[in-house]
Amino acid sequence: MQRIGVFVCWCGSNIAGTVDVAQVAQSAAAMPGVVYAKDYQYMCSEVGQNMIKQAIAEHGLTRVVVASCSPRMHESTFRKTAAAAGLNPYLVEVANIREHCAWIHKDKAEGTKKAIALTRAAVAKATLNAPLVAGESGVEKRALVIGGGIAGLQTALDIADAGYAVDIVEKSPSIGGKMAQIDKTFPTLDCSACILTPKMVDAATHENITLYTYSEVESVSGFVGNFEVAIRQKARSVDAKKCSGCGLCAEKCPSRKAKSEFDEGLRTRGAIYIPFPQAIPNVPVIDRDECTYFKTGKCGLCSKICPASAVSFEQADEVITQRYGAIVVATGFDMIELDKFGEYQYGQHPDVITSLEFERLTNAAGPTGGKFVRPSDHKKPKKVVFVQCVGSRDTSGRGKPYCSKICCMYTAKHAMLIRDKYPDVEASVFYIDVRTPGKNFDEFQRRAVEEYGVQYIKGMVGKIFPEQDKLMVHGVDALSGETVVIDADLVVLASATKAKDDAEALGRMLSISTDTHDFFTEAHPKLRPVESHTAGIFLAGACQGPKDIPETVSQAGAAAAKAIGLLSKKKLVTNPCVTTVNEALCSGCLACEKICPYGAIAAKTIELTNNGVKETRVVAAVNEALCQGCGGCTVACRAGAIDLKGFTNRQIMAEVDAICF
Amino acid sequence: MRSGRKRMKYSYYPGCTLKTKAQQLETFALKAAALLGLELEEQAEWQCCGAVYPLAEDEVATRLSSVRALAAARDKGEKLVTLCAACHHVIKRVNDDMQAKEELREKVNSYLQLPAPYLGEATVVHYLEALRDDVGFDKLAKLVKKPLAGRKIGAYYGCLLLRPAEIMQFDDPENPTILEDFLRALGADPVVYPGRNECCGGYVAVTDKEAARDISRAVVRSATGCGVEELVTACPLCQYNLAENGGPAVKLHYFTELLAEALDVR
Repeated sequence: MQRIGVFVCWCGSNIAGTVDVAQVAQSAAAMPGVVYAKDYQYMCSEVGQNMIKQAIAEHGLTRVVVASCSPRMHESTFRKTAAAAGLNPYLVEVANIREHCAWIHKDKAEGTKKAIALTRAAVAKATLNAPLVAGESGVEKRALVIGGGIAGLQTALDIADAGYAVDIVEKSPSIGGKMAQIDKTFPTLDCSACILTPKMVDAATHENITLYTYSEVESVSGFVGNFEVAIRQKARSVDAKKCSGCGLCAEKCPSRKAKSEFDEGLRTRGAIYIPFPQAIPNVPVIDRDECTYFKTGKCGLCSKICPASAVSFEQADEVITQRYGAIVVATGFDMIELDKFGEYQYGQHPDVITSLEFERLTNAAGPTGGKFVRPSDHKKPKKVVFVQCVGSRDTSGRGKPYCSKICCMYTAKHAMLIRDKYPDVEASVFYIDVRTPGKNFDEFQRRAVEEYGVQYIKGMVGKIFPEQDKLMVHGVDALSGETVVIDADLVVLASATKAKDDAEALGRMLSISTDTHDFFTEAHPKLRPVESHTAGIFLAGACQGPKDIPETVSQAGAAAAKAIGLLSKKKLVTNPCVTTVNEALCSGCLACEKICPYGAIAAKTIELTNNGVKETRVVAAVNEALCQGCGGCTVACRAGAIDLKGFTNRQIMAEVDAICF
Repeated sequence: MRSGRKRMKYSYYPGCTLKTKAQQLETFALKAAALLGLELEEQAEWQCCGAVYPLAEDEVATRLSSVRALAAARDKGEKLVTLCAACHHVIKRVNDDMQAKEELREKVNSYLQLPAPYLGEATVVHYLEALRDDVGFDKLAKLVKKPLAGRKIGAYYGCLLLRPAEIMQFDDPENPTILEDFLRALGADPVVYPGRNECCGGYVAVTDKEAARDISRAVVRSATGCGVEELVTACPLCQYNLAENGGPAVKLHYFTELLAEALDVR
């Protein structure tokens, strides 16, 4: 017979307000095996913990049940308490009478009844608890950062500065990401490239950082501290070791049809190209879908003129396999497509552009050399209309229901920059709300209105009608209730941000979850904002949700700190609550293998003697290092051959029986 | 599966206007249909659709004629084909009501006492949809004898065919293409202009002529501004409003007139 102690917490009035804690303790005292029961105001306090330690010693307790808040809050606290008193920490059981009871009930009698039932279940389970011992695993002292935008660069630099090796995998031919495309940054209006390129150079020259550009993560296996990742380095068709970056090939390439991704399609590029002047690495890449040589076998001009003989049409993809202790996902965001917003004429009229196109259009290195002209006739616009929330805060199903967060600020920036450079140009902004909750953000937007005379109109645009060389913007001024028509020369749409199209697929590869909009989900919205649900995988930047640059950089630093914390550990304690296979019962059907989300189950051939005859059989085997203890396999197993330590089938049934008491 | 000369049989609901003011819309539709293998059998004893979809949820009486037409098509196991945009709008939405609104469905059925209660089983298609989905614009293009090449034709959708989009399921309400695709099949090179899916003013013309005039003039201005010389519509009311207020700048046709012209059955 076990000697069980039950400790009922008041949690101030959180529990005691809706549960008669004294009565719970009194009822618990009469439960089978319970030799001691006590209630106290704050069980997690030092006094409360000492009470538990003392009771273990005085009453020779062999099991401890704490009826308190969710085990996610204080299970580890009470396990440490028990361990300090010499009890195996896994002999502690927590009954959640706060989140699962007190907080969701109003009637005290009902709440008390339920709290007693939950405590009885925990006592029944604790009776069957077995001492468990946590194992250890090593940590590979190397981090992988997926994405080479500002989030990835900052994370990589921070980890590398702490002395650990970091690999950056970037899908496009150059690091830099969206920030490289931006002209100026809010709220200080410093040049984006001027503050980004030093970081790009730092990353490229850092002794601890290896760049894999034009590369993608192909597969991920393993677990915290010991991930194994295959990286596909796509063929550039240019030998980076030979290339001097002179750019002659890109200049002479006769194919000029491809739209420049970096310039948002506002100008064309060669089939062999360097994305932008400050690209790192400064090595061209051949776009094989556009290249005449790859399409017809003719041309090959770049190869002929290359002074370094670096062009290599035969180059093939290369797959690199590397082990990592930690992974940081920093894959960034994209802007939504506007094909569902026909009323704005985007894609139908050249003078209706997106905000990101506007950035390129006003950038000194952009398609117009920074000259502010509209795409259709290269004349300087006199009236510019900005439309905010194009697809953001949109519940019609065409766009995204969330706020894209950055548009209010960059639109104010755009309007302000125009008015600053060209005081004769009128700038109007249509908005639903102006949201500027950042340091110096509201002041910035007010300057746009008060100092620069940007006209803000609260309301949405219904439709844009091109008439002759004007864009008639029909909107509503919701404050006056009047309809407004502006004869604009240029319209800039602040299209909503979205997660990368391949975010969900990457999430599946990494076993990390995404929300309904494919942004990666943090482990806790307040307390664990840069960790994913999978140990050892962290999140940085806009892949987790819309973010501006300051916020992205802070999150990148936080993710780096988490990764450094992990990499600095000599050993990791593994969770002993893993599954085991009873080989005598296992039929080898491997239904468990198919449902295991962590790839922790594999087939194993065993030899056994059956009535004197030696035979071999296939059974399931659990890799304890990979198993996360989710228990999915125990349910999938038709023979009931798999059990989860700490949550055995017997323990669960005992809980159920106790609740149905 | 489509054989060369397979005939497709439909229940056909013409509506009142097609028998009076908008006879061209129907006449040419039927002539073309005969050539295209669409057998449109006019429903027996059809009644006026009510012309305006009743927005009052508890309005039962004005939905009954639509339900009768729908139930008759269901009983024959045929799609119900419409031509007039207004009729199409009303009948399609009433059909959706009968599928989605339980209380209304019960009331309508208690009132009508049909041999089998009507539960929204029929499929309502506009003539244009039958052309696109059952005949196919590619096949239509092959049957064209007099292509409409070289003419500056713009499509005018109005609103009844397009909205509410989730019920009408006709085309993208902001950037529709079906009429342009239809015109391309007839050998025309349609002019796309922004006013093509704006309202013509509808029944506002009855109560406020000034307002209706402003609205339909804006449409015509948008079209002529893009170089349109001829407009096609699928709606008698649009046709009326645009004709009243558009002036001589644009010629107006029902889409079926151009269809018959291109097929050389006019």
